[in-house]
Amino acid sequence: MRAPPALSASAPRNGSRDSVSGALRRSASSSSSTAAAAAEMSASSAFIDEKGGSASEPEYGHDPASGGIFSTDYKRHDDLKEMLDSNKDSLKLEAMKRIVAMIARGKNASDLFPAVVKNVACKNIEVKKLVYVYLVRYAEEQQDLALLSISTFQRGLKDPNQLIRASALRVLSSIRVTIIVPIMMLAIKEAASDMSPYVRKTAAHAIPKLHSLDPEQKDQLIEVIEKLLADKTTLVAGSVVMAFEEVCPDRIDLIHKNYRKLCNLLIDVEEWGQVVIINMLTRYARTQFLNPNINESLLEESSEKAFYASDDEEDEDKKAEAATLAKRKPYVMDPDHRLLLRNTKPLLQSRNAAVVMAVAQLYFHLAPKAEVGIIAKALVRLMRSHSEVQYVVLQNVATMTIKRRGMFEPYLKSFYIRSTDPTQIKILKLEVLTNLANETNISTILREFQTYIKSMDKDFVAASIQAIGRCATNIGEVRDTCLNGLVQLLSNRDELVVAESVVVIKKLLQMQPEQHSDIIKHMAKLIDNIQVPMARASILWLIGEYCEHVPKIAPDVLRNMAKTFTNEEDIVKLQIINLAAKLYLTNSKQTKLLTQYVLNLAKYDQNYDIRDRARFIRQLIVPTDKSGALSKYAKKLFLALKPAPVLQSTFKDRDHFQLGSLSHLLNAKAAGYQELPDWPESVPDPSVRNVEVIRLLERVTTLTSIPDWSKCTSRKDRKEKKTEKPFYSDSEGESGPTESADSESDSGSGSESASASDESGSGSESEESREETESEDEEEDEEKEKKRKKRLDKTKAKKPAEESAESEQSSGTEDRKRGRKAVKNQKSASESESESESSESEDESEEESEEESESDTDIRKKKTPISKQPPKQSKKESKKERQEMSLLDLDDFEPAPASAPVTPVNFLSSSLVSDLEGLSLTNNILAPTTIAPSGSIKMYELLHRITGEGLAVEYCFSRQPFSPDPNMVAVQIQFTNNTNSETKNLHIEEPRLQSGMRIREFTEIDVLAAGESVTVVMGIDFCDSTQAANFQLCTHTRKFFVSIQPPVGELMTPVFLTENDFKKEQGKLMGMNEISEKLMLGEKCVNEHVIVERVTATANLSRVPCGSEKECRFAGKTVSSGCLVLVTVPTKEGGAAQLTVNCEKMLIGTLLVKDIMQALSQ
Amino acid sequence: MIHSLFLVNASGDIFLEKHWKSVVSRSVCDYFFEALERATEPENVPPVIPTPHHYLINVLRHRIYFVAVIQSEVPPLFVIEFLHRVVDTFQDYFGVCTEAAIKDNVVVVYELLEEMLDNGFPLATESNILKELIKPPTILRTVVNTITGSTNVGEQLPTGQLSVVPWRRTGVKYTNNEAYFDVIEEIDAIIDKSGSTITAEIQGVIDACVKLTGMPDLTLSFMNPRLLDDVSFHPCVRFKRWEAERILSFIPPDGNFRLLSYHVSSQNLVAIPVYVKHNISFREGSSQGRFELTLGPKQTMGKAVESVLVSSQLPRGVLNANLNPSQGTYTFDPVTKLLSWDVGKINPQKLPSLKGSMSLQAGASKPDENPTINIQFKIQQLAISGLKVNRLDMYGEKYKPFKGIKYMTKAGKFQVRT
Repeated sequence: MRAPPALSASAPRNGSRDSVSGALRRSASSSSSTAAAAAEMSASSAFIDEKGGSASEPEYGHDPASGGIFSTDYKRHDDLKEMLDSNKDSLKLEAMKRIVAMIARGKNASDLFPAVVKNVACKNIEVKKLVYVYLVRYAEEQQDLALLSISTFQRGLKDPNQLIRASALRVLSSIRVTIIVPIMMLAIKEAASDMSPYVRKTAAHAIPKLHSLDPEQKDQLIEVIEKLLADKTTLVAGSVVMAFEEVCPDRIDLIHKNYRKLCNLLIDVEEWGQVVIINMLTRYARTQFLNPNINESLLEESSEKAFYASDDEEDEDKKAEAATLAKRKPYVMDPDHRLLLRNTKPLLQSRNAAVVMAVAQLYFHLAPKAEVGIIAKALVRLMRSHSEVQYVVLQNVATMTIKRRGMFEPYLKSFYIRSTDPTQIKILKLEVLTNLANETNISTILREFQTYIKSMDKDFVAASIQAIGRCATNIGEVRDTCLNGLVQLLSNRDELVVAESVVVIKKLLQMQPEQHSDIIKHMAKLIDNIQVPMARASILWLIGEYCEHVPKIAPDVLRNMAKTFTNEEDIVKLQIINLAAKLYLTNSKQTKLLTQYVLNLAKYDQNYDIRDRARFIRQLIVPTDKSGALSKYAKKLFLALKPAPVLQSTFKDRDHFQLGSLSHLLNAKAAGYQELPDWPESVPDPSVRNVEVIRLLERVTTLTSIPDWSKCTSRKDRKEKKTEKPFYSDSEGESGPTESADSESDSGSGSESASASDESGSGSESEESREETESEDEEEDEEKEKKRKKRLDKTKAKKPAEESAESEQSSGTEDRKRGRKAVKNQKSASESESESESSESEDESEEESEEESESDTDIRKKKTPISKQPPKQSKKESKKERQEMSLLDLDDFEPAPASAPVTPVNFLSSSLVSDLEGLSLTNNILAPTTIAPSGSIKMYELLHRITGEGLAVEYCFSRQPFSPDPNMVAVQIQFTNNTNSETKNLHIEEPRLQSGMRIREFTEIDVLAAGESVTVVMGIDFCDSTQAANFQLCTHTRKFFVSIQPPVGELMTPVFLTENDFKKEQGKLMGMNEISEKLMLGEKCVNEHVIVERVTATANLSRVPCGSEKECRFAGKTVSSGCLVLVTVPTKEGGAAQLTVNCEKMLIGTLLVKDIMQALSQ
Repeated sequence: MIHSLFLVNASGDIFLEKHWKSVVSRSVCDYFFEALERATEPENVPPVIPTPHHYLINVLRHRIYFVAVIQSEVPPLFVIEFLHRVVDTFQDYFGVCTEAAIKDNVVVVYELLEEMLDNGFPLATESNILKELIKPPTILRTVVNTITGSTNVGEQLPTGQLSVVPWRRTGVKYTNNEAYFDVIEEIDAIIDKSGSTITAEIQGVIDACVKLTGMPDLTLSFMNPRLLDDVSFHPCVRFKRWEAERILSFIPPDGNFRLLSYHVSSQNLVAIPVYVKHNISFREGSSQGRFELTLGPKQTMGKAVESVLVSSQLPRGVLNANLNPSQGTYTFDPVTKLLSWDVGKINPQKLPSLKGSMSLQAGASKPDENPTINIQFKIQQLAISGLKVNRLDMYGEKYKPFKGIKYMTKAGKFQVRT
């Protein structure tokens, strides 16, 4: 950045630095560093001047605000700018620290924007962070310049380090610049499907930011929210619900599917997220469940009314009524409602007051009356916390005590007031104590109140007297006691106390004035001593109002007051006039002259209010010639019966606000407050929350129902399908909430076999349907297998590569192997099954319209060998079932049993090839032993259990396409925990890779229980080299350096070529690209099949059909760059053979030749 | 959620501001200053102040108001609890949370606030995670940083953040493995004039200082867990184990933390360890008042009562006090009318007393309120509720840690009305 010419000379700058920036320099760490800075600066300024022209000039000269007033600021900022421009990180850091200090003090630092923004790509992480702080603060003001930094963040979004990805997204989304909205949207969407939960969490945080910047993005954001709501990690849950609450709190339908998951995750979510989730779920539950107190609410009301009336008959009547009502409508709590209550209860023990309060309000609003009580203890505990917490809790307790007094009665003493409490807390405690008062505890409460009256805090004393008044009005029995107590207070030395008592007594007397003429008399006597105007006024009002009860005293009081009239306060004067008027109307004989006198005095009062009042009253009560019609009604006007004031809590009816909310605290609707909905009249459909089962059903419909109901023509076919069911029959039933689409046909098939009927008894419907799908999948697999076979047969040019990939990936694959083993044992091939098989294939082929006729005929041809396969299902079921149970169990989100069989998933691919080999090329059925090369997948050790301190890690190359990135080699890693304790947070850190190599980490394994093992898949792009990929394997306690080095054969993936294509491709790869070796086949390589097996075991290649029996051909391509790898092995008599490898990558070719040679010559 | 934060000192100056969303002008604090003026005492400022466009939620700690600006509905406790957590973090980082400390470390403060909230929503509040992100300043590190130019900012994502034990970082190493637990109980009591107990409760906490290598899994069991009526846990404690077996099972955070706070069930009678004999009287008509106070041990289970401090707010009419303590020292502030007497240890043979006279404003009527006496004390090696830790076991690591348990009883809000 080029400095303004006038300032670029070093002398004035230094001068200004000395004079102006003294304050700043105090914050600079040491004198030596400042000196260094100065030296550096002079050097850098020269440097800057040199390259000057290209940098843009900051525009502060044109800024009117900073025109003249802040001109010294430029100079001060000037040295900061130079420090920022220097190439020393320490100087930059120092400058940034000073700038941040300016921001913190609220000083304007916006003119430094161009200088700061350049450092956004600084390597030093602290400088970078401080630049972010600055950027977020000022980007809104300097939008154009802020755009310069965007590309840095966009780069950061693609960084392999999750921390950098997350922080890039965080800052990018915090920059409030409208132009980048589309970029933000894209970044959020991408981050929402990031592998790292931390990045996903950041994405959730970014959603409300974008929404507040541009509300028009709402629809797209809701999609992202919906996606993130489905996330299963606790890290994300709180943040996404937060986003939900800010962006679309009314889209309650998005919660349905995630409701149970949220309930179950709740306890492990961080505390702030818990608060948000609980508040949201409270609202959700209000819309989805029935009022658990639907019957009690009536009961409660009636009993509460009867409480004071003590009218036993009425009480009993109503109770009976309520009881019958309860009988009529038995209430059963929805299990989901119960789930919520059960899962939130432990959180009452949280150390975070906000969480406790959130649970308390949830219980208050949602729990059956009998269960609400448990929250009292926790809330009382919060009263030990800071006074602000107490304040909020007491506000809420005050509201609760009005509705549910019984809940807090045992904790009465916890609300006793200490002299050290702040006044606002004291007053709230009084409120609670008053609400809690009833016949049994009123005496202790009153005794307590008596001590409060002696307090030095006068506001509190006044509140105490009012509280006594409220107790007196609420509880009939103590009214007299209270009144007497208050009357005693009238002789208190403190006027405030007396005044407040008079006011309260006035209110009390209004309720039953007849019985208390002596109190009125007593107060009349007091008027000589009481000086507080309000109290004097109150007494005068009382005497006037009830002058009929004290006929003798009243005129005397008026006489006395007339004497002192001129010296009284205004409100007292008004009441004297008032008293005079009332006495004139009731007892004109005695008071006529007095009244005249008072009115005359008032006529000449200084206060116009009083003069007005006097004139008005004179016209009204003294009959003259001109007096209008109103004077006739004077008595009615003045002596009308006034209703007794109602002393009620200010907290009454506050509970229509959600407790714990800001709106409740202020007793006014705050911006963005979501009303707590009323309970629904009738039960909304509870099945909307059955998330996984629904998806399951959909699958069943697509896969099963079509063949079953629309495609299957013969009843026989259907029955035969059913005969498969017994294979799953010994599943442990778990009752699913919905019925599967199959259930109907199930009953029909019950008689088919004994085991089928067994199953219909024990198994759960939904589970079955799942099983069904599973089997369906498998059959699909077989289907494809057959197809491929057929294709191989015909040596067509079509490439079934993707299909094979699909079949290998599908869920049934893993089980297939075990099933296949079963084939060996169980030779129970039945005609019917094979038929069912074929029926399946028909359906299948109809779905995939391609080649359907061919496949049909083909399969029928091959029926015999295939028919062996179906029985395999019988063996795998038990294990498989267990796995699926966990999938189905909606409430159980613990990681699926880690004991899940750890079979290399890739078995299929290699064995399949050889299998097909046997079926297609030779007509004789090969012995199963040769087909299943069980050892074909080699497990490599990644971490020995001794070096891994009990954690053993093995890996193998599963030879499956790695779906997230087709250029990566899938590496299947198996963790076994041999210790006695859990291992947690297994993840990868700090990959140290050769250039170009990439790693796609597996998702972190949260917990690996003792003795368990678990398998994950990660992807590595080796760049077609056999260099090892190094990285750290981290647990929650340790880090282990490990490396994976791929054998050359694993760097490729099979390609299906026809014979002609093979020849053609081979022709292109001659010369340098062809490597040939002669070799002697090993003793065991007796036939072609073994050769095929050996080669495919060594390298991930597929066999290419060949006309000659003496030659085996294989094709594949490298995973990363897709170069073809062609292998030819012509055999000669006597075990001699020649191996030819054609490959563009010579290194791979050479290595491959070596490996295959070794494999074949053994 | 939280829009902005302003820090206001005792004299009403804003000395730090931080905005998480768009910038809110500091003039919004005028509403706060209005409320501050209205309040008679500093602690009487309402925690929530509505203004036309914003809501101000404030907490007062260490004579600094932390004023958060809110724009829309949010549970007030959420904000209050967060602000307190901020203060705790500052205290943790700088040792004290004063204006000077915050100003000196303004960059660290800013970095902390940046990490603790994202867009106004709490992000990392666990001190363990924060300390990995931003290293607390120490003298040594400041020196090293100035020389080497290295930074306070961690370069790694804290491992805890992503794990199921966010409160503990990995790779903890100590040469001496030790775990200390302090069982501290506080008695809250109100004693009336005649010496009878109006209300008394025991609140306890277990504070731990755990310095153990690796990932230890501890279990702590009590001899008499039934005593504990209401408990709240550090998030590390496994709630289910407690429910089922009344055992505290947890992977501890590294360093100091509060493991548990509890309330002893109110059915148990609370032993009151001290008694007070008092005679504070004012005679009508004279400008003199008598003041007599004697302390004595009551139910102390044979342990000594130490660090006794008596304080009392005398009525406003009292001009001065001329008192004579049998031990310790006393002070009387004629402005605030606060009398405090540092007694020290109570010797059962020779009970401490404070006697003398108070001079009142001449001609004023005698004050009719009597002062409340607040007492603080400590009793070492005693948990007044009788709670006893049975044993502490460690699993998951092979070394033998050094374990220590300390008991202490303190006065909480212990008041005697006169």
